[in-house]
Amino acid sequence: MDILYKVLIDPFAQMVAAPDLLVQTLWEGLVGGMLYALIALGFVLIFKASGVFNFAQGIMVVFAALTLVGLHTAGLPAFAALALTIVVMFALAWSIERIVLRPLINQPDIILFMATFGLTYFLIGFGELIFGGDPKIMITEELYLPKGRINIPAFGGIVSLQKLDIAAAIIASAMVACLSVFFSKTRIGRALRAVADSHKAALSVGISLEQIWVIVWFAAGLVALVTGIMWGARSDVSFALDVIALKALPVLILGGFTSIPGAIVGGLIVGVGEKIAEFYWGPLIGGGTDSWFAFVIALVFLLFWPHGLFGEKIIERI
Amino acid sequence: MRLKYLILGAAFAGLVSVDALTTKADAQDSIYVPLLTYRTGPFANSGIPLANGMRDYLVMLNERDGGIGGVKLNIEECETGYDTKKGVECYESIKGKNPTVINPYSTGITLQLIPKAAVDKIPILSMAYGLSASAVGEKFPWIFNPPATYWDGLSMIFRYIGGKEGGLDKLKGKTIGFIFLESGYGREPLPLLNQFAKDYGFNVKEYSVAGKEMQDQSAQWLSVRRDRPDWMIMWGWGAMNPTAVKRAAENGYPMDHFVGIWWSGSDDDARGGGKEAKGYLSLNINGIGDNYPALKDIKKHVVDTGKSQVDKEKFAENLYNRGIYNSVLIAEAIRNAQKLSGKKVVAGPEVRRGLESLTISEARWKELGLSGFGAPITNVSCADHNGHHSAYMQQWDGAKWVKISDWIAPMKDKVRPLLEKDADDYVTKNAGWPKRTEPCDKSS
Repeated sequence: MDILYKVLIDPFAQMVAAPDLLVQTLWEGLVGGMLYALIALGFVLIFKASGVFNFAQGIMVVFAALTLVGLHTAGLPAFAALALTIVVMFALAWSIERIVLRPLINQPDIILFMATFGLTYFLIGFGELIFGGDPKIMITEELYLPKGRINIPAFGGIVSLQKLDIAAAIIASAMVACLSVFFSKTRIGRALRAVADSHKAALSVGISLEQIWVIVWFAAGLVALVTGIMWGARSDVSFALDVIALKALPVLILGGFTSIPGAIVGGLIVGVGEKIAEFYWGPLIGGGTDSWFAFVIALVFLLFWPHGLFGEKIIERI
Repeated sequence: MRLKYLILGAAFAGLVSVDALTTKADAQDSIYVPLLTYRTGPFANSGIPLANGMRDYLVMLNERDGGIGGVKLNIEECETGYDTKKGVECYESIKGKNPTVINPYSTGITLQLIPKAAVDKIPILSMAYGLSASAVGEKFPWIFNPPATYWDGLSMIFRYIGGKEGGLDKLKGKTIGFIFLESGYGREPLPLLNQFAKDYGFNVKEYSVAGKEMQDQSAQWLSVRRDRPDWMIMWGWGAMNPTAVKRAAENGYPMDHFVGIWWSGSDDDARGGGKEAKGYLSLNINGIGDNYPALKDIKKHVVDTGKSQVDKEKFAENLYNRGIYNSVLIAEAIRNAQKLSGKKVVAGPEVRRGLESLTISEARWKELGLSGFGAPITNVSCADHNGHHSAYMQQWDGAKWVKISDWIAPMKDKVRPLLEKDADDYVTKNAGWPKRTEPCDKSS
């Protein structure tokens, strides 16, 4: 009986007794979810264009953030370093297309997937060679990202909002909106969807596969840069950030691999779900639920929506 | 075509034989000191300064003194990435080269190597980490973990907290939060923490941080805000540490009530928290700063001559000095081994004896050019492979660590019986655990 009370009654009683903490948990979940969504977005962009799960997205986040901090440390002003990092991400996208993807056109997806594994290990080694393994501090102030917190008295307590988290939520939302418009309303966006459906068919109607891939990998690089800045500002910039990318997997399962809105909604559900679960139910089993609870949510959704909430339903003739 | 293969074959055979001869010559003329390090991966921020400190001290001995006892040290690093599987691979690849001692630098790797050490006759030095119970020399003759176990560390933290609260009895009814990396290392002090909770009547709140969550931790710190522990204790590593310090500061937790174990006290750990990290506390076993003659020698012979990988501004930071401390233990054990065995070139079995009679008095620390760098090591023996030595408390002043206490002795009377019980349990669980056959030297 006691365990039933602890599982079914007590957490809800806590929510009612301390609504400020509930709001705080929801806020933390939404911010975390938005940042997960950013990572997931990088995966979605490349999956849409090539049908390939880009295993290297996590290390691209690290590489972009390290490049930014490294260039600034080398003496460049923050915004010059930011501009040059964008150039570096374009060069990376172009190089990936020329060296890795072009020779693999029309190869099975699994070959392209394995190529992204190779790319991951190359970027880890190359990044460590150039920047070393030491953690770096993100140039938050130099980029005029806000610091400190806003304490809002609410529900008999205080809801504390980090200014950086507010900025992260706004920047992430703006980025998602821009990308959604770009890929749904422009000619390039339509070409991208054609490439995703069939390389051969897209080539036959004159779409340049090379150009599309460079654009998409560059867009994924930009997303990685923004993700790296935000996560780096919340913690530090080190190769440990690579691990964060794993959190995008349940988001993708939940939202669908091909949907930008799916990445956002999936990210928010995972972010809020795992924080609520850890905060209210985690202590019952010794905590640490946030490392696996997202996958439980994803599995539950899979039972009812096998293609994810917004994924394309593919019906194949057999 | 045949001629081509013949030439290639001859060249290959020549290379192999030259390599074999070189290796043999190396083995005869030098003392092999492998270092399991991690300069890559998610824990590299902690691994790099340790690796640099360990390596630089040994290189300095080669450059300044021509090695130890006139024999050069053959130093070789093996990259583990703080990954247990890779660590075991490293061990397997070096165990045939007559290693003097293995430094796993990971509790996970140490736990895997403990059963292998006695079989391969290679001592394991898990300096202030690893399995606390391996301090019991009767059960673990090949494992050493001086100067203090994690359980000693926890007891020292409680001595400090008790001092601030006006006595350990004042902890009754209070709440102690324990945030830890979800791993063998992070869970190691839990049995003693729960025992202390019973003894002193406080409540424990555990906050587990999985490796994937190291750089987030928002849920854990939200729980801290709800539970309002009177003190927070941290057993973190790698990117977990700076993130925890940052989250604590963001959540307005009083930093002078937040104490890390010695592995949660690097300069980068506190620096990441910015000005708000001021006041954060951590135990330490080694001296801070470069105001020691031995460090000046390292600078002169190793850093300034380009033989080190350390960034000049990170020279003598806390974990770099921790690496030096580790290598002092290795070097002193080798010296002892040479003295005890009468041999110049020593390997695992001799160094095990050297470790078992390891003594570094205050005068010896001074002789080494490291006066006051560590507490005197005087209690390591055949029965006690740890010695349960003291540590001190340091505090982050916003820019650097400052020593704020004298040496704090562990509660050996509480720790030792629990260690012995734990060692017995380990042996019972591992059926067929070999009985100690190694004799004790007179000095130990």
